[in-house]
Parts: sequence; C-alpha cells; structure tokens
Amino acid sequence: MSALVIAEHDNKSLRRATLHAVTAAAALGGEVDVLVAGKEAGAVAQQATKVKGVRKVLHADDAAYAHGLAENLAPLVVAQAGAYSHLLATATTFGKNLMPRVAALLDVAQLSDISQVVSPDTFVRPTYAGNAMATVQSLDQKRVITVRATAFEPAAAEGGAGAVEAIGSKGDSGKTRFVKAELAQSGRPELTSARIIVSGGRAMQSGDNFKLIEAVADRLGAGVGASRAAVDSGFVPNDYQVGQTGKVVAPDLYIAVGISGAIQHLAGMKDSKVIAAINKDAEAPIFQVADYGLVADLFKALPELAAELDKQGLSKTKPST
Amino acid sequence: MKVMVAVKRTIDANVKVRVKADGTGVETANVKMAMNPFCEIAVEEAVRLREANVATEVVAVSAGPQAVQETLRSALAIGADRAIHVQTDALLQPLGIAKLLKAVAAKEQPRLIILGKQAIDDDNNQTGQMLAALLDWPQATFASKLKIEGDSAEVVREVDGGLETLAVSLPCVMTTDLRLNEPRYASLPNIMKAKKKPIDALTPEQLGVDVSPRLKVLKVEEPTKRKGGVKVADVAELVTKLRSEAKVIG
Ligand SMILES: Cc1cc2nc3c(=O)[nH]c(=O)nc-3n(C[C@H](O)[C@H](O)[C@H](O)COP(=O)(O)OP(=O)(O)OC[C@H]3O[C@@H](n4cnc5c(N)ncnc54)[C@H](O)[C@@H]3O)c2cc1C
Ligand SMILES: Nc1ncnc2c1ncn2[C@@H]1O[C@H](COP(=O)(O)O)[C@@H](O)[C@H]1O
Repeated sequence: MSALVIAEHDNKSLRRATLHAVTAAAALGGEVDVLVAGKEAGAVAQQATKVKGVRKVLHADDAAYAHGLAENLAPLVVAQAGAYSHLLATATTFGKNLMPRVAALLDVAQLSDISQVVSPDTFVRPTYAGNAMATVQSLDQKRVITVRATAFEPAAAEGGAGAVEAIGSKGDSGKTRFVKAELAQSGRPELTSARIIVSGGRAMQSGDNFKLIEAVADRLGAGVGASRAAVDSGFVPNDYQVGQTGKVVAPDLYIAVGISGAIQHLAGMKDSKVIAAINKDAEAPIFQVADYGLVADLFKALPELAAELDKQGLSKTKPST
Repeated sequence: MKVMVAVKRTIDANVKVRVKADGTGVETANVKMAMNPFCEIAVEEAVRLREANVATEVVAVSAGPQAVQETLRSALAIGADRAIHVQTDALLQPLGIAKLLKAVAAKEQPRLIILGKQAIDDDNNQTGQMLAALLDWPQATFASKLKIEGDSAEVVREVDGGLETLAVSLPCVMTTDLRLNEPRYASLPNIMKAKKKPIDALTPEQLGVDVSPRLKVLKVEEPTKRKGGVKVADVAELVTKLRSEAKVIG
C-alpha cells in the first residue's frame, strides 16, 4: 500500500495546503510519495523532499503544468497511478478541480473532503454543510481522495529526506489555455492557515467599512474573512468567503461580526477552537455556537475593540487607525 | 449551439437537516425539496445564452426517481426548452451520473454542458469534472463569468487565491459558482407554459450505463455539537475573556 499526494504550488514554493494531505496520506499506514508537476519547479520538488514522512518526490517539468490545469495534470497523475493504492490532494479549489477528473479517468469513485481516515478503505466526510457526518467505504481498488485541511494537522515541512525522481510529461491537451490570474495581495495571513480570523457580514454595509474589521485584524495579526452576503454585495473579493461553498477554516479564534450564522456559514467555521460573535440581535443563531457573544452595534464595538486591544497592550502592530 | 444543463433535486437549502436516529441517512420524509441552488444558476445561465442568441436550445437533464420531474418542470419554468428524465430508483453517485450524462450528451450533441459546482446534499463537487474527463472535454469549474466567443469560451473562475481566467475550446463542461448570475423567479405564465413542454424519459439500461455504487455509506451521524457559550457585557470583558480565559490572544 502506498499513497501519492499531488502537490499544490506556484512553481516557486509548496503551498502549505499540501502538508495536510501528506498527514492524511500517512494515516493510511503505507509509504507516501509526492508528485510535483510544474514549470521549472525544481525548488518545489526539493522542498517536498524535506517534508517529514515523504519517501520520494516525482517531478515532472513542462510548461503545460505551469498553471495547474486539470486537463494537463490528470493524464500525468493517471500515468503514475499504477504504483499507488491511494491518490490524494487537499480539498482546495486546485484539488477539487483535479481529483474528480483523475478518478473518472481511472473509472473509480472519488471521496471528497474527508475529515478522518478510519481504515485504508473507510473514511468519514461531512455532508449537508457539515450537518451529517457520513462514514463511507470505498468499493474500488484504487482510492482518489480530497482531504479537508482543517481535519489534519500539517506535516512538518522539515525533517524529511526524500529523493527526487524525474518523470516524463504527458504534454498539453491543447484544450485549455490559462489567460490570467487576479490573486489577492494582502499582507495578512491566508485564511486557511491564520491563527485568528475576523470576519464581517452583510451588516458591514460597504467595502469601506471593512476598514473597521481590518483595524482589529491587523492588531491581532489576523486574517480577514466574510460571509457570502458580504461577498455577493461586493464589499470584499470572493476569496474572503467562509462557508459551505467558500473556505473551510478552523483558527484558534474566529470573530464573527455582523454575521447571522446561517448553516452555510457555520459549515466553514464551526470547528474553530474559540468563536466570538458581535451582533446587535441577541437572538442571532451565531450566538448558539459562539463561546463569547457580545450583543452590540458593530459600528460602536469594532472601534472600541481596537482601542481596548491597544489599551491592554495586545496589539501586534502599531495602530494606524 | 445546443446547451445541456444537469439539474439535481435536493433538500431545500433552508431546511434544517436532521440525521435519522438509526444512522442510515438524513430525514427526507415530509421535507421540502428544491432544485440544487447551483443548478438553478446553471439553468439561468443557459437560458440567458439563448436569450442572447448564443444558444439555440436549452435541454435540462436530471437523473433519479419520478419526483425529479418536478425539478425538471422548474428548469422548464425558468426557460429551458425541453427536458430529459433519466429514470431510476437506484442510488446514484457522481461517477454513475457522469456516465449517464455522457450517454445523454452522445445523443444530444451539445456544445456546452453546464452543471452546478456542487450539490448541497452530498457536497461532492465532482460530477462536472468527471463528465469532462469521460468526454475528454475541457472543464471550466467554479465559474463566475462566461463569455462565448466563436469556438471557445472565456471563463472567470473563483479560486482560493482570487480569480482565474481560462480560455477553453468548445465543446466544454462548465460548473457554476454562486456569483455567475442571480436566477430569476419563474413567472406564473412561464410555470403554466412549462407544464406543456416535453419531458422525455430514458433509463440507465437504455443508455447502456452501469450506475452501481462504488461507495457504501456505513453510517451517518450528527457532528459533535458546539455548546453555546456566554454573553459578555462589553468589549472590555470580551477582550479580557479572550485573553485570560480562552487564552487565544495575548
Ligand atoms: C447554496 C448556498 C450556499 C451558500 N454558501 C455560503 C457560504 O459559503 N458562506 C456564507 O457565509 N453563506 C453562504 N450562503 C448564504 C447563507 O445562507 C446566508 O445567506 C449568509 O451567510 C448570510 O450572510 P450574513 O450573515 O452576512 O447576512 P445576514 O443573514 O443578513 O445577517 C446579518 C447580521 O448582522 C446583524 N447586524 C445588522 N446590523 C448590525 C450592526 N450594526 N451591528 C451588529 N450586528 C448587526 C443582524 O442582526 C444579522 O444577524 C449560501 C447559501 C446558499 C443557498
Ligand atoms: N442526479 C443528478 N441528475 C442530474 N445532474 C446531477 C445529478 N446529481 C448531480 N448532478 C449535477 O452535478 C452537479 C454537481 O453535483 P455533485 O458532484 O454531486 O456535487 C450538480 O449541481 C448537478 O448539476
């Protein structure tokens, strides 16, 4: 039994998301290899060899792999699949896009977003926005899996001593061309790895008002998230969305501000260690999951919160606002 | 250009789902059902393409028991021209559904197939990608913008880091994200009209597709419940509690 983890990267460095899939792969009990397919991504392959628990890194170098296109990657993964009982990736948009394509080419089912490895053929996964946990057994010989990052600790990025093995490319499908990416640039921690997240909802009323959230987030060294309503209203970009159809996060502290607590939002944050909520409606469902609830108007509470953090000497950054 | 849209009947997104006491699944008796929200977006997009004279015909397809005809009627009411019901009481999983859709596509020869990115019941997020693989077509998943230009489509996709634009050749499979469009409410006259539109029936056997499940659900359980906590009086108490009780800041 052995597992192949498909690495996610930007040709320069390995994305942290992959480390969670390595942990899930190791939980299967066999050897763990990593596939790095990219364009001049040798540094990523080297980085992957250092991940604790990794035996071997398969490295394919071709411009066709520069942008993680599933049409090009899937045949490459399938070509390597013979040697492995399990193929895994993290359930990011990269993994979700790629792995079902791989599974269908192999004529096997895919298991989405597993949160627990029960045995090499049995897994737990959330369904219905996390309201029902299903224990599912795969009847196929090969298992193609995406892994819920928040359910598996990241493998240590250092301490491994894997070897790199170059493998051939399967070329470009010619069907899909990468045009451009508009990726958010912020100095703040990424949502999926942030230790603290401050999220705003519809009640923020405008993108400009998110400055109130940012002022608190920056003091805490936190990431900034949002509900779907805040994204749909155009206050913040799509990559802020937390929930059933956005990102799943589990920070040490999640502060929900002006968010009602719809099940689709809870699906993305209810595994946070501590939840605090600020909402002016004492009956808001968010309070049913919040460890600490403050019934208050956010336009008053957020500036107070920033000031209080300064006062108690808890601000990480020099306050700018 | 013909556009095919795959639609799934699911428990309504506003229903609070309950796990059955015997652990075999969730309560579905007397529970409100609806079209999967992402599929509504898929139908809306297809109908807009027809209204813009980019598409000539919109065909909605759903696989499942008799009751999915209700969902197909909703698709017809939004504006699909006709529907195909793949009739089966079998337990369907994404690979089987993708094979059924491939077989229907072989008959219908669409240039574009639109699916929801994910069904909100099983939260699989697989069928579109699998269908694209089986057809050996490109896949534009999690789309928030679509522009058809001759023999290709430019699609903006919602990815974890932001947005990504791809150019895919037609025919292709696309899956919808929430912000692709806002589905219209079907008007009463259109609901009436939908009753007269044709729904053709097919079976997996007629399509030559084996839909046997590849995954066996052993049990379904409630997640561990969070306990509601305490209300704090003011911001100062909140900060103090987060600092000295929860120890998550400081
Ligand atoms: C298929 C589907 C998928 C979805 N996926 C997601 C998802 O991934 N993520 C997600 O978040 N949602 C998702 N949703 C939407 C979800 O159902 C809710 O509509 C959404 O989460 C509501 O966002 P909100 O809490 O910001 O807004 P609202 O529900 O409008 O809540 C606003 C809250 O702010 C409070 N408030 C108002 N003014 C103030 C003030 N001045 N001070 C303090 N509090 C105030 C109100 O009391 C209220 O509780 C999805 C829905 C569907 C159908
Ligand atoms: N039984 C079905 N019949 C038709 N289309 C389906 C069916 N199940 C899933 N789909 C399509 O596949 C999409 C994604 O579903 P899933 O992969 O199950 O999350 C849905 O939004 C539908 O467009």
